[in-house]
Amino acid sequence: MVEVIASVGLPIDEELMIKKNRIMPVCKDAGGMKRISIVTGIHGDELEGQYVCYELQRRIAKDSDKLAGIVDIYPAMNPLGIDSITRGIPAFDLDMNRLFPGNIEGNMTEYLAAGIMEDVAGSDCVLDIHASNIYLTEIPQIRINEMHEKILVPLAEKSNVDFIWVHGASTVLESTFAHSLNTIGTPVLVVEMGVGMRLTKTYGDQLIDGIFNLMKELGIWTGEVAEVRKPMISRNPDDVSYLNASASGLFVPEVSHGARLAAGDLVGRIVDPLCGRVLDEVKAPRAGMLFTIREYPIVDEGSLMGRILNEEVCNYE
Amino acid sequence: MNKKIIFEIKGMYRDDFRVTGYEFGSGDKSVCIVGNSRGNEVQQIYCCSQLIKKMKQLEEEGRIKKNRKILIIPSINPYSVNIQKRFWSTDNTDINRMFPGYDKGETTQRIADAVFREIMDYQYGIQFTSFYNPGDFVPHVRYMKEGFTTSEEAKKFGMKYIVERSVRPYDTATLNYNWQVWDTTAFSLYTNATEKISNKGAGQAVIAVMNFLANSGIIKYSAIEEKKPRIIDDTELISVRTEKSGFFEPLVKAGEKVEAGTPLANILNPYEATILETLYAPVDGTIFFIHNAPLTYASTAVIKILGDD
Repeated sequence: MVEVIASVGLPIDEELMIKKNRIMPVCKDAGGMKRISIVTGIHGDELEGQYVCYELQRRIAKDSDKLAGIVDIYPAMNPLGIDSITRGIPAFDLDMNRLFPGNIEGNMTEYLAAGIMEDVAGSDCVLDIHASNIYLTEIPQIRINEMHEKILVPLAEKSNVDFIWVHGASTVLESTFAHSLNTIGTPVLVVEMGVGMRLTKTYGDQLIDGIFNLMKELGIWTGEVAEVRKPMISRNPDDVSYLNASASGLFVPEVSHGARLAAGDLVGRIVDPLCGRVLDEVKAPRAGMLFTIREYPIVDEGSLMGRILNEEVCNYE
Repeated sequence: MNKKIIFEIKGMYRDDFRVTGYEFGSGDKSVCIVGNSRGNEVQQIYCCSQLIKKMKQLEEEGRIKKNRKILIIPSINPYSVNIQKRFWSTDNTDINRMFPGYDKGETTQRIADAVFREIMDYQYGIQFTSFYNPGDFVPHVRYMKEGFTTSEEAKKFGMKYIVERSVRPYDTATLNYNWQVWDTTAFSLYTNATEKISNKGAGQAVIAVMNFLANSGIIKYSAIEEKKPRIIDDTELISVRTEKSGFFEPLVKAGEKVEAGTPLANILNPYEATILETLYAPVDGTIFFIHNAPLTYASTAVIKILGDD
């Protein structure tokens, strides 16, 4: 059943509506049922979650008699952003993921954030699906604030992602959707996978297997589920090396995303197309797995080109 | 005057990105003034240019006191101004959400780091800044209630209004907040404009800064004293919100005195020109902020009133 969870009138002949679709067993009382919420589209240029929303529903519908709980699908928290290929909320130039928990008495953007919070709160598990941004590609991973590690890591381990990144607390991140809900006791897993403005079907399918596994654990799904992979887990900031550009230019990668690198391996080159020169050779500072790689090839000095996860936490088989 | 480049990044096809500073006087790092960090903050650069002109004159006349150095950085983000984009030209990040910066981080973190290293040791910091909603303010000075900057220091600007505000999570990466963490007494100066130049607003800003410098013993100048500045907590400002969206027709101006019940603005049906809603003053007071764009959204605080004492 499609519902509008928050809406507001726009100036010229249009209503901004945030919609969800609730899927639940037919002819059963919702009282006492477990609920999983699939949230995506807070950043309008991140589309990987769109496929997950579609495919998850398709697979549930195929075996709908196995559904034993509530699945709420929120595909577009920032509908104006998705429609206009804009990361933030158009016209306001605000990052929607810095507005939570919102304020029902606040301005339009805060009001919408508060409406979203109210509707999603109380879920037994929430997946907030992001797609990095248009510059970087990420392997399927879940990022967890260390403050909520105890509750979230066991859930994340069931989600069929490759990597769980437990990071330090940051005051700035207190205004995110995930932090705001985690703080009031609704567990939210932040998924990052793929790249902005594109779909990576294999990553979507991988995550959907994980969502079915989570649903089974929570008692929302009674059907068969695929075996999930054992994720790499990093809790130490020193586990991750950052590759930042030493010069402005064109980044030409020499290895693929997910590559296992030895210290000193060539990751790519920054080149100058005007003069045909190599400005820098980007090398792995230590052995590990390239779990982030630059997708958008133009770099400024400082731009992130990749991240390497230290070999010792990679669980290579 | 010493004009110097504080930070530079080589451009790929654009000219190099430069942050330029103007130093006046010498010795103790007394005050640093920063103009725009966002691409639409044109008035903020203009205010700095007027101040630079004034400081040149003061320096030539020997009116900058001994062992006092003043640094003015008109723009920490010329790239975004030149392409008329509010945030960073490539990745749309906000430099004023990157402080104190990181020298090995992403581009805007590096800019913030280089700028902050240059300006973190100043005794006083003044930033010309803007509000995220389009609108006209009554000129005022603001500071964050972090316990370091005080209203007594803010009074040195000689401005009629001083606004104190509590720190919100996103403030912790702003220049103003980080200045205070590193023991700089920091203020934000709001004039009445952002994307347009207001000569009057810039003039008021120059006088406010001159007052501050004179009252802090940095320059020789006959400072104007505001006898009764009004110190306001930002939560005291009363928001007047729209219920409807449509054309915004203001009926009052920033700074105007109003009585409770005065019509402040109409929201018009954009196709039929009928009045969807009239906003009224809930209290006697002064219009402190008023929206200045032709359209408004629903649930938006388009007017803020400062109630009479």
